[in-house]
Amino acid sequence: MTHPTAVEGPTTAGSGNGSPPEDSSGTRRPRRGWASHARDVRPGFLVKLALVALANAVGLYGILAAWAVQSWGILAFLVLALVAVDWAYFSRRALAAKYLVPGLIFLFVYQIFAMGYTAYVAFTNYGDGHNSTKDDAIAQISEQNERRVEGSASYPLTVVTQGDELGFAIVDDGQVRVGSAEQPFEAEPDAVVENGSITSIPDGDVLSFVDVAGRQSEITQLRVPLSDDPESGSIRTQDGSTGFVYQPALAYDEDSDTFVDTETGTVYSPSGGGNFVSADGQELTPGWRVGVGFSNFSAMFTDSRMAGPFASIFGWTFVFAALSVLTTFALGLFLAITFNDERVRGRKIYRSLLILPYAFPGFLSALVWSGMLNERFGFVNEVLLGGASVPWLTDPTLAKVSVILVNLWLGFPYMFLITTGALQAIPSDMMEAAKIDGAGRWRMFRSLTLPMLMVSVAPLLIASFAFNFNNFSLIFMLTGGGPNFVGTPYVVGHTDILISMVYSVAFESGSKQYGVASALSILIFIMVGLISWIGFRRTRKLEEL
Amino acid sequence: MASTRTSPEVTAAPQPVNDNRLRGARWWNEIGWRHVVGVVMVLICVLPLLYAVSASLNPAGTLTGSNELFRTVSLENYANLVPSGFGDWMVNSLIVCTVTAAGTVVMGGAAAYSFSRFRFKGRHQGLTALLLIQMFPQMLAFVAIFLLLLSLGDVFPVLGLNSQLGLICVYLGGALGVNTFLMYGFFNTVPRELDEAAKIDGATHAQIFWGIIVRLVTPILTVVGLLSFITAYGDFIIAKIVLQRPEEFTLAVGLYNWAADERNAPWGLFAAGAVIAAIPVVALFLFLQRYIVGGLTAGSVKG
Repeated sequence: MTHPTAVEGPTTAGSGNGSPPEDSSGTRRPRRGWASHARDVRPGFLVKLALVALANAVGLYGILAAWAVQSWGILAFLVLALVAVDWAYFSRRALAAKYLVPGLIFLFVYQIFAMGYTAYVAFTNYGDGHNSTKDDAIAQISEQNERRVEGSASYPLTVVTQGDELGFAIVDDGQVRVGSAEQPFEAEPDAVVENGSITSIPDGDVLSFVDVAGRQSEITQLRVPLSDDPESGSIRTQDGSTGFVYQPALAYDEDSDTFVDTETGTVYSPSGGGNFVSADGQELTPGWRVGVGFSNFSAMFTDSRMAGPFASIFGWTFVFAALSVLTTFALGLFLAITFNDERVRGRKIYRSLLILPYAFPGFLSALVWSGMLNERFGFVNEVLLGGASVPWLTDPTLAKVSVILVNLWLGFPYMFLITTGALQAIPSDMMEAAKIDGAGRWRMFRSLTLPMLMVSVAPLLIASFAFNFNNFSLIFMLTGGGPNFVGTPYVVGHTDILISMVYSVAFESGSKQYGVASALSILIFIMVGLISWIGFRRTRKLEEL
Repeated sequence: MASTRTSPEVTAAPQPVNDNRLRGARWWNEIGWRHVVGVVMVLICVLPLLYAVSASLNPAGTLTGSNELFRTVSLENYANLVPSGFGDWMVNSLIVCTVTAAGTVVMGGAAAYSFSRFRFKGRHQGLTALLLIQMFPQMLAFVAIFLLLLSLGDVFPVLGLNSQLGLICVYLGGALGVNTFLMYGFFNTVPRELDEAAKIDGATHAQIFWGIIVRLVTPILTVVGLLSFITAYGDFIIAKIVLQRPEEFTLAVGLYNWAADERNAPWGLFAAGAVIAAIPVVALFLFLQRYIVGGLTAGSVKG
């Protein structure tokens, strides 16, 4: 797999021979030899040229596409990335950059930017109801709040499909006009009309009566705009055969930046919270994204329904991570000491079998255990406990115990492996000396083995703590965070840890609150940062650079 | 005494082979109890796995029906996997993980090479920054990753949500942060004199990289490749938010959906899928125990 020619394809880093591509600039002193040598390795240079050309093509396509959808952030990034790539591979001085640029681009986009973006979103109200920009919100409000114009004309209407898209065809003054949700009505002179109803249109099908009945809800929700101007209103139908003109019930006034109800005259003006609000407090939805300061951070404490559960989840996250490390380490170390005696036969067999839980993919083990711990049908209750009905995963306290025990099953082999390694590194003469001096087993363990172990194992314990702090899969697969708290605005439960709470807030609770979820993520960032900092202080890795 | 009987194949041939062998109470006190512990722990380790295998062979296909271990043995569940879309998930997982592993090895190796061999401005800061970034696993920012792919999809649909290429790119974003250090240390152990000799002979830096360094650091490249394969194989949360259509699922997402289906959980089908899904990883693990343990103690934790 490390055959250079085999891997050369997918990489841009350091493929090609990195030799100066243009001989004309080969005037610098010792590199002359290089430049001439480069001609011998043409294939490499061609590969590099092809890859850089490809990168440029993709980048240019992206710049145009970003321009078209007005994603200025992406556009700016692409321009910078393209300049960086071309500079790295066509400058002969940027040696290190040739090897770093591809990895760095991925790192920037998917890790550093993602982290920064989390911080940004944490201070906004991004989420359901506040998904987009103000302009989008205005367009949607105009569209969604329409009412039938009193006494306006009705049109004979036929429901049609063009491709997968539903549309309407109407007869207006003897002329057929066809349109869909995306495409305002346009005249269609080639349509066939029989007895006042449309029987066929050129690039589409007329829906049969049965189909209309089958897709009723889609059809009654469909609005086909009369023209490109949203103010002109749209055609809707209730029965699939007659269309009525609907017009915006709320009119947007650009100068004063307000919506006015065309009937009652109520004025809705923009609020600081990203919504149009009337004087008596009525909000129009959707709203748009605005900064909300620290309110996402304080949401957990100020909402009385959330404060208790949040404190419980926060505490449990630490308890879970700490107990996971302690139990797995204790059991792993005990087993390592047990099998660290050369006189025990079959140690290799024991070891291979004992690491099986670790070799088995973790998410699968958690799922298998969730089945085995099922209260009514699970293997543990039915077979091992002879038909008992212990609520392993549904009682708040027992669920926590189960989570710890399953994680012990999953995690002790790792500790067993690393402590075995560390034990073998302890010089045996030291142990012998202690033995001769008359130290007992416990004394030797306390005063020799453990301190010696900790030197090499402590950083790994801290890493394991950080890992379990964010052990999303285990919680999500085993209990799904349940049993749930009652009366909380988000679906969270007794075994939820912070990261699974983030998931729930962002994706699983009725309305998606990316802002609040990001604020929680920031909290996790801070915790993980603190834990790692403690770890670093121990290992002094920073000084070793 | 039970233990001496339960592990006869382990204790192998009876006493007289060894001269200074312990006997009776003393043997029990020093060695015997270790076998008891071993046998009990092995049972605890193996039972859930046996249960999964037994459930996969049980055509009843429900949780209750799976409780009597190996009562009926049939390959029905495995046959049912074929039309269920499981094959697609397996292929998806293998593609995503292989590409991720290859990309990680190439990008991480290249980065480690430049940090190890070139002296450039910002090198020290770069290493420090990587060390800091390494502390924060990518999955912590999954909400932002979701939102990022949501808007990226408008520009490059193939990098947006519901795209395996998009998922691979997200995984590759974590490549440098996690693995550069592991590789950097190993690259430093390759003597610089080798590069210098090659340079004097007229080799370019690319020739030194592909021709000399890569061949000498093969062990670490293998370890990093395997670890990133296994990590991507076991990743659930990012795959879950990126892939939303069943035919694009990876194994983790697909199997979760089967097991989590509360009303009619196809438990037998899930168990069969789990057994097949676990085989490559368990095999890799047992086969490469030594390497992986080395990688573990170097500081990476299996996800």
